[in-house]
Amino acid sequence: MKSKRPSVSTNRPSGADNGSRSSTRPSTGATRAANTHARPKRASESESSRSHGTAQKGAVQSKLRFGDKFDAYITHHSTSAIDSLLRLLETPLQSLMTWMVIAIAVALPASLYIAFANVQQLGETWEGSSNISVFLRPDTSDNKADELRGRIAARPDVAKAVYVSPAQGLAEFKAQSGLGEVVDNLDKNPLPGTLLVTPRLQNTSDAAITSLEQMLVADPLVADVRLDMQWVKRLQQIMMLGKKMVFGLGGLLALGVLLVIGNTIRLAIENRRDEILVVKLVGGTDAYVSRPFLYTGFWYGIGGGLLALVVIGIGCLWVSTTVEQLANLYESNFRLQGLGIFGSMQLVLLAGLTGLLGAWIAVVRHLYHIQPR
Amino acid sequence: MIGFNNVSKRYDNGFDALSRINFEVESGEMLFLTGHSGAGKTTLMKLIMLMERPSNGQIVIDGHDLGRMSKSQIPYYRRNIGVVFQNHQLLFDRTVFDNVALPLQIAGLPHLEIGRRVRAALDKVSLLEKERLNPIVLSGGEQQRVGIARAVVNKPLMLLADEPTGNLDPELSEEIMTLFRQFNDVGVTIMIASHDVELLKRMNKRIVGLVEGKLVHDGVLW
Repeated sequence: MKSKRPSVSTNRPSGADNGSRSSTRPSTGATRAANTHARPKRASESESSRSHGTAQKGAVQSKLRFGDKFDAYITHHSTSAIDSLLRLLETPLQSLMTWMVIAIAVALPASLYIAFANVQQLGETWEGSSNISVFLRPDTSDNKADELRGRIAARPDVAKAVYVSPAQGLAEFKAQSGLGEVVDNLDKNPLPGTLLVTPRLQNTSDAAITSLEQMLVADPLVADVRLDMQWVKRLQQIMMLGKKMVFGLGGLLALGVLLVIGNTIRLAIENRRDEILVVKLVGGTDAYVSRPFLYTGFWYGIGGGLLALVVIGIGCLWVSTTVEQLANLYESNFRLQGLGIFGSMQLVLLAGLTGLLGAWIAVVRHLYHIQPR
Repeated sequence: MIGFNNVSKRYDNGFDALSRINFEVESGEMLFLTGHSGAGKTTLMKLIMLMERPSNGQIVIDGHDLGRMSKSQIPYYRRNIGVVFQNHQLLFDRTVFDNVALPLQIAGLPHLEIGRRVRAALDKVSLLEKERLNPIVLSGGEQQRVGIARAVVNKPLMLLADEPTGNLDPELSEEIMTLFRQFNDVGVTIMIASHDVELLKRMNKRIVGLVEGKLVHDGVLW
């Protein structure tokens, strides 16, 4: 539409010369209509298309180059953007309260997301080290066990197989459990010999693992096989559930943000009702009138997103020392991961777009209905 | 320029504001629309501005059949018509300059051109030295002149004025009328709604008289 108008405007002077009575207007009107507008033309309506064409001609009063129009369009965008931001800053307390509401609504699901991302990251490290524990019969000798270990290690779907003798196992247990004295009092070593089998990563499909497990169980030396992977899978499932809850909560809170911004914009529209009426009377289009409000919504979203980042940052800082101490207790060098720069930018942008959407809903619902009476 | 063909307007509440109005206005004409309040003057203006749609009949303005004009075309159509209101409809959150510049900003004129035209319009209504002021500090007559400057700044083909001298004393109304006459001299079609009989006599122009929504007079004086 916009790109069409300049060509229309260049036709303007000749149209003006033709005078004002349209019904007898020569064919220029009709050809202009055909040239300038994409409206589907019905054969019986040559007169309609003619008056339509003249309406188009009248659409631009002054001669304007396309470049000028485009410049003005860009200028209005930038002035709308800046004006609406300044307007928000003119009433800092009021704006800050709206921003805070949005920030909380954004920070809540975002911090839950961070929490789950961190747990998932933990899960992944565990998954990498997941072993199949093969418990041997108690009477198995070290030699036979080692021979079995060699056979298992040679399999293509096994990355590594380590033999832990009963004595080694007991020593390890003594060192790690803190129950050293109890162990010392035992008459005989209750632990069986164990093979720790690590499957090759690319073979970790369920079927491959099951066939490996079956082969291990079938060996006469083996008493029992435990898949450490099972609980990792359960953890994954639980995290999947958690993730869905985060997204659900995020969706609900996004809806909340939409309503908050929608309502704020509705009030802003009511406050500027007189201005809207005047602008519409002197020929402002709906797009022109709504632009500042859309930018206001966008700024609400962006401001809320930035504040949410601050809230999340403070939260992470507050929790991270505790997490660090906890990780140290577990002899892990796990550290809390924040959103990162890219994630932060995404969050702010997402909040901005939600604000824009909320403003758009308010504009469609309220602004378009304000007509000069 | 303006053609009313059997135009009626009945509001939703059943009130017949206009019934079967017929008249034509040539391009470059200046005429007055008169009648008591409630006679339909304002409704007639609103129909031309497409603030209302007629219940019946056809209105043709500068070759556009208003009945065929779609909602999205209305803003572009309105840019060709300058309107002056009795209550000025100025915006008090910006300067006189910005009030007058509004139609040009909407039309998307380049910055320099806007400045040039706004100052020309303000100069015309002798308010150039007050461009930086907020219109709220101006007198009623000055506010009305700002309204006129805003109405003509876009060089419209047609100027509509609804009771432009409604609450001004005779001297100021004379001033305003002189302005209108000057615009008319350069070819702008001008339609002024007024019930000020003294003013109509003085101006001695074509008069369209309305009584209870019916056209009862069309011509110079009666």
